[in-house]
Amino acid sequence: MFSSEQSCWFIRKVICWRAAASIAWAVLLLPPSTAIFVFLSKFSVLHPIQTISECFSMLTSATAIFSFILLCGVIIMVGFLNFEYYTVIPTIACSKIALFGQLLHPRQLVNSLVHCIMGMIVAWCSAVTIGFRYETLGHPCAQTDGYHQMCLNEYHLILLLGGAFVGFSHSLLGVIHNMNYVSFHTVQQYKYLRFKGCLPLVVRCSATQALYSVRNFIVVYYFLGNSAHPLDSIAGLLDLSLLYHLWISATFLLFTWYIMLLLFRIFLTEGYSFPVQSSFTEDADHCLPKVLTEKQPMLLKFLALQDLALLSQHSPLRRCEVFSLSQPGGHPHNWNAISKECLSLLADLTQRLVAYHDTVATNGRAKSLSSGKDFMSPRPTAFMKTPASVFARSIAGGQQSPLTAPFTPDLDSPFMSPALRRLAAPVEQGSPWYGTVQSPHIMRRVPKLWSTSTEASSQALFADSQAHIWALEGLSYLVQASFSEDQFGVVQTTLPSILSCMLVLQEAVDRHFKLPHASSKPVRSTSSMGDSTYKTLRFALRATLKTAIYRITTTFGDHLNAVQLSAEHQKRLQQFLEYKE
Amino acid sequence: MCSLALFPPPLPYGQTTVCESNNELLSGSSTEDQLKQDFSPPSLSFPRESLKLHSRTENSSKAAFLDHSETLWMRSAAAWRDGGLTGLLNEITNSHPHVPKWLSMSSGCILALLRWVSSFHGSLFPHLTLSSEDMIAEFSQVLNWSDCVVRAFAWHPHTDKFAVALLDDSIKIYNPKSATTPTLKHRLQRNVAVVQWKPLCASALAVGCQNCLLVWHVDPCSLSTRPSAGCAHVLSHPGHAPVTSIAWSPSGSLLLSASPMDTAMMVWDVAAESCVPLQRVGGGGVTFLSWSPDGSHVLASTPSALFRVWETRMWTCERWPCIKGRCQSGCWSPDGSRLLFTVQGETVIYALTFTNTPAVPSGTSKGPHAAVVVADLSETTFNTPDGDIVVGGEIQSLAWDPRGERLAVLLKGDPRAADRSPIIAVFKTRVRPIFELLPCGFVQGEPGAEPRLMQFHPNFRHGALLTVCWSSGRITHVPFYFLSASIPRLGPSGSPTLPHVQERPADFANQSLFTELIS
Repeated sequence: MFSSEQSCWFIRKVICWRAAASIAWAVLLLPPSTAIFVFLSKFSVLHPIQTISECFSMLTSATAIFSFILLCGVIIMVGFLNFEYYTVIPTIACSKIALFGQLLHPRQLVNSLVHCIMGMIVAWCSAVTIGFRYETLGHPCAQTDGYHQMCLNEYHLILLLGGAFVGFSHSLLGVIHNMNYVSFHTVQQYKYLRFKGCLPLVVRCSATQALYSVRNFIVVYYFLGNSAHPLDSIAGLLDLSLLYHLWISATFLLFTWYIMLLLFRIFLTEGYSFPVQSSFTEDADHCLPKVLTEKQPMLLKFLALQDLALLSQHSPLRRCEVFSLSQPGGHPHNWNAISKECLSLLADLTQRLVAYHDTVATNGRAKSLSSGKDFMSPRPTAFMKTPASVFARSIAGGQQSPLTAPFTPDLDSPFMSPALRRLAAPVEQGSPWYGTVQSPHIMRRVPKLWSTSTEASSQALFADSQAHIWALEGLSYLVQASFSEDQFGVVQTTLPSILSCMLVLQEAVDRHFKLPHASSKPVRSTSSMGDSTYKTLRFALRATLKTAIYRITTTFGDHLNAVQLSAEHQKRLQQFLEYKE
Repeated sequence: MCSLALFPPPLPYGQTTVCESNNELLSGSSTEDQLKQDFSPPSLSFPRESLKLHSRTENSSKAAFLDHSETLWMRSAAAWRDGGLTGLLNEITNSHPHVPKWLSMSSGCILALLRWVSSFHGSLFPHLTLSSEDMIAEFSQVLNWSDCVVRAFAWHPHTDKFAVALLDDSIKIYNPKSATTPTLKHRLQRNVAVVQWKPLCASALAVGCQNCLLVWHVDPCSLSTRPSAGCAHVLSHPGHAPVTSIAWSPSGSLLLSASPMDTAMMVWDVAAESCVPLQRVGGGGVTFLSWSPDGSHVLASTPSALFRVWETRMWTCERWPCIKGRCQSGCWSPDGSRLLFTVQGETVIYALTFTNTPAVPSGTSKGPHAAVVVADLSETTFNTPDGDIVVGGEIQSLAWDPRGERLAVLLKGDPRAADRSPIIAVFKTRVRPIFELLPCGFVQGEPGAEPRLMQFHPNFRHGALLTVCWSSGRITHVPFYFLSASIPRLGPSGSPTLPHVQERPADFANQSLFTELIS
């Protein structure tokens, strides 16, 4: 099932446990949030004492316990879906149509359907809890001839449909706002403190999101509902008590799900300390130098890089192990493996940037010749080296879904641009398709939907840059520490390659930021549970890169003149030594 | 314990302190007496008359221009935008004939209730009732900030350039190696409380002001004298204003900001423009921040008699309640092992020692149990030829030179008494092997000029260089020439210096005033 023994170990022993712990905590937090919901839904200003007694009798009744068990089931299901769909590299849709493709992907449809059903279950629970006129689906009504029969209770129905709608829109917004993206914080905090700090945000987000969802639901219900029902009129829908109950149950639903999401993120991104070296050969696979080179699961690589960045800053003892020599033999295996992996990551990014730049530059020329619109511009980036291809994920490897492949065209999706599909496939010179791709005729027929946004493609290019940021930090702090801590001079041997790698990357990043839109700041939404950290990763990378080079030049000062570098790099380095960059 | 009585008497009237050489402070009657140096940063002067000051704030002009014939909806929207909920309620209450009576009545009641609650809150934390300008003046490290021509000053951590924030809300950047003097102005850059350069970077300057935090990118190679507002990134967070203190991490990756109005301290990732609030109830706000040079701890003082010391690995904090007043100022020794701080209402300097054992993760490092008094700066009378001079009293700010050998203390003096003007007292200090504090002398300026603000140059090669901003608008630099006795330190803030000849001043042994007992 898994790509290697190694990742199997990590998923089994760490990731699964973390996911299980987050689900357990979310279930434990369910009783207090349910109690608050019951109180708020039954609250009446005129009879405060009665409200409290009603709440107590409600919370101890059999239906309440049954619906509580149902809610626990829903939370566990939501946790499972989070675990199944999470990604550490966001999926960035470069065009509107790609977003449609994502939304209508079978896997996403399943997700939406499950959310819909779960939303309905939660709404049923809240309807039962609120009681009053919402309690049952049918109610006895008197016909004119005195014959009793069951009628549909529309209040119950509207609550159920509302729940389903909120669940569905939650799942859609999840795709649009990349809610399955798990980002790592720059500041390390204990889990409890992080949870406490985020709680107000969760409350605010769920309340506002519930408000928007209920508004949309009311509109949909009004236009799609059957006019025979009493509620399907403007006057019927403008019932304040009904609106309040709709809103409060939607808030409750979103709150429990967001809490689950928040706990999942907090548990998953908690730092994990890998041993640098082990005296037992069977543990060698669990050590940092080995783990860093792993491709699967992505989370393992990210946690390893985060651990590297932290150890290089904070723990002299573990740094000492990195600089140590092997016994017997006296080879700096640890340092070699770590620096090699970091440098290859950075070189990869450089290559990606250069290829992107070349494509854009050539297309700029093609564009001016064919006087076409923005059809070709950054599209071919899709088939050059992408984060996905760099890390060569195997879909069979378990956690990563096709959706999580960052901006890699999903070639099976029916909504993928046909032109793109052709581009991505190896084009044979003799094929009839060859050459027609850039025809301006096709281009004019292609609707605006296909056009990609330059800003989004720039975001996609840096989608996995958190890894590069840690690699840069780890390398630069280790080099800085080596000035006083490296007894055997193991770092000195790699210093020229580290410096030249960073300088080449710096050049490529500088060039990238000269492109239009690359340096424009994206709008960040603060009142959404979706994490928009990925939108500014390229700025963070640029700042980290510069600081990393300065860290090395400031530590070594004029000693760097003795390092073997090309004349051009020497000149560049001199700029840094004089603080002119 | 060290006291002011052991100091050499202040200079006679008309004499200014020029430098320290051969272990004594030299004085001269005019600024021409300065010794020839191989590095002399420019002495600047900003006379008050040369600045174009704002005569009117935005709020005062509002009444003159606002069109009162707007509809109620428009006015309510404008009030909501400008003044939030209180503004809206105010507007509804005051537009009496246009709204139904019950609405204006109920909004008046809500307004009264809000005021009552906020006055209750204000009685717990009296500083919340101050206006933002008064609040900056109250908590600033600058003496008499509101009347100061130079409101903030910052040396670049690696080069010889510095930034000066002036009374007219502009910031000027001086570089002895460059002819251009960029002037930074921004719409939101009002009432600058503090400026600081980003370490390990040539260009980024963070500015804490009345409504927000600005990060300027001033290209050192650019010839432009007026960088556009596009070079500044605005960082703001609701409720986090005015910003009275900021601190960059010594590794240059994070920026901290503090506001007395906000109980949360913000940790900014500047490039990503994201922030993490570190919330702790108690204290009522955060007024002053100081990051230790080794990056391991942060001092955060509050408007109440309480300060916190954060450790920066997992961001947990220790609470330090004070007896008398709030923590006014603090500074760290270069190795981050010792914190000196002063408390409002007291005339002593306290020290805290932190031991970071590398074997355990620093999250579990044990802090000290109590602060030790290391210097007493209570009022002392000196008999001089010009008559008796009283020196001493409360402390405004502390500055420790980057090698840990000179400690400058800005004494507030007493504005009501003519013979007790503010003065800077300088101590000689040693951190290793044991902590020692010895008197050095007083730094005085031209007659009539009072010190307002001081900062040490971060990498002066021949000892320490203290930059002082005076009430007259002058900025002068006082060098302290000495051979460093400390072991050269390797840190992120500077390149390693070559080992100096170990020289121990002759009079250290018989004049030791505060010497730590090693238990």
